Amino acid sequence: MITRRLFCSALAACGLFAAAASQAQERFITVSSTTSTEQSGLFGHLLPLFEKANGIKVRVVALGTGQALDMARRGDADVVFVHDKAAEEKFIAEGYGVKRQEVMYNDFVVIGPKADPAKAGGRDILEGLRRIAAAKAPFVSRGDKSGTHAAELRYWKAAGVDLDKAKGSWYRDTGSGMGPALNTAASMDAYILADRGTWLSFKNRANLGIVVEGDKRLFNQYGVILVNPAKHPHVKQADGQKFIDWVVATDGQKAIADYKIGGEQLFFPNAKR
Amino acid sequence: MTEFNDAFLTAWQLLAVSDARLSAIVGLSLRVSLVATLVACVVGMPIGALLAVGRFPGRRVLIVLFNGLMGLPPVVVGLLVYLLLSRAGPLGQFGLLFSPEAMIIAQAVLVTPIVAALTRQVVADEWTEYREQLRSLGASRSRAAATLLWDGRFSLSTAALAGFGRAIAEVGAVMIVGGNIDGVTRVMTTTIALETSKGDLPLALALGFILISVVLAINAVAYAVRGWAERRWG
Repeated sequence: MITRRLFCSALAACGLFAAAASQAQERFITVSSTTSTEQSGLFGHLLPLFEKANGIKVRVVALGTGQALDMARRGDADVVFVHDKAAEEKFIAEGYGVKRQEVMYNDFVVIGPKADPAKAGGRDILEGLRRIAAAKAPFVSRGDKSGTHAAELRYWKAAGVDLDKAKGSWYRDTGSGMGPALNTAASMDAYILADRGTWLSFKNRANLGIVVEGDKRLFNQYGVILVNPAKHPHVKQADGQKFIDWVVATDGQKAIADYKIGGEQLFFPNAKR
Repeated sequence: MTEFNDAFLTAWQLLAVSDARLSAIVGLSLRVSLVATLVACVVGMPIGALLAVGRFPGRRVLIVLFNGLMGLPPVVVGLLVYLLLSRAGPLGQFGLLFSPEAMIIAQAVLVTPIVAALTRQVVADEWTEYREQLRSLGASRSRAAATLLWDGRFSLSTAALAGFGRAIAEVGAVMIVGGNIDGVTRVMTTTIALETSKGDLPLALALGFILISVVLAINAVAYAVRGWAERRWG
């Protein structure tokens, strides 16, 4: 009987320990953002600077833009930091966001086999996509309602390519994040639209390289929005606003410009003051 | 095969420098999965024992149900717990989403059926053996269940280990309810998924080796403790 009591009290002690360990509270906000900002390492560079200056921790949940906005609609984030202007404006119009502010931009690039069998290389994104379609060269799509996916669909539409016919043959809809989609493209030797930041920090490149870049239409704007406290009263309005104010002001903008991989700048600050 | 060599090398390097971030991630993995397993045992073992010795309508249905729920897809559990804990959900007011507690809840839900089903099997075998004896002592069924649970404690450690193995290995549920937040809810499996998506396959595989080693070490310790306890008190 003694051992039984010992056993039970040991169990209870474990439980108490676990409960105590989780009690440490800190001041933080939750930001729903995109895989491109997280996986490119930008947040790893940016957030410690903000945390140091303001004493507020930033917890980032990285998803596709569509999912990140949905998460905020449910009230599970204080701030959204994403890149799909049309979807962001819809979010504001629905009353979920207070105001959209532009923060920075980078650009999309078309990645593909270095040998470029579809001869899609160059500066013109629409011409490049038409050639990929004409050659029926394998193309990997995110297919996950992310900002990059939305942009990709806009380019195909502008290029006049009907994707419904292509699905299942050369057009592969993977329904995955930027990294997994790049892994798929690397193993299939396929073309893919990617944001430059994720591509620069991506390691498993296999035989892939940049095929199309430099087209003005490949511009990719990031915006930041405070989730509307009128919809979700628990939103940490003051601290969330502090983060937004910091990221669009001198310190934040400089920190964004300072982030480089291999000497190459990934994001270009362009907040309106 | 260079990936495997790179991965081994990376794993050794990570262990050699005992990277602080890595230890924090391993520590969180262990804390979440151990607590979830503990909760699952406290809930699942009595359920399993009562299913073994009890006589009540719907018992067979429940047995099949718990056996079937051993195959609960983690991603579905994650989604259910996410919707419950989300601010727009019924338990939203507690603000538990994207916390280690949310991950513990999800894993406990995932593991409880495993512990319950395996416990039921162990106790049912004992019940056939000791039924007459317990009855002649006038023990009630719930009393018998408790006695058999205590009696089968060494065999039941396997049920707990099976549950723990499931908890620490899953990624689908913790990814959704934890959000893989750096320094807060990032555990071994979500880190591996993240590094895979960043295309750093050697690092991802190295972390995989470390996770497997940790799980093996826990099982070795459990085996040793069980052997020692059986000699001491068995």
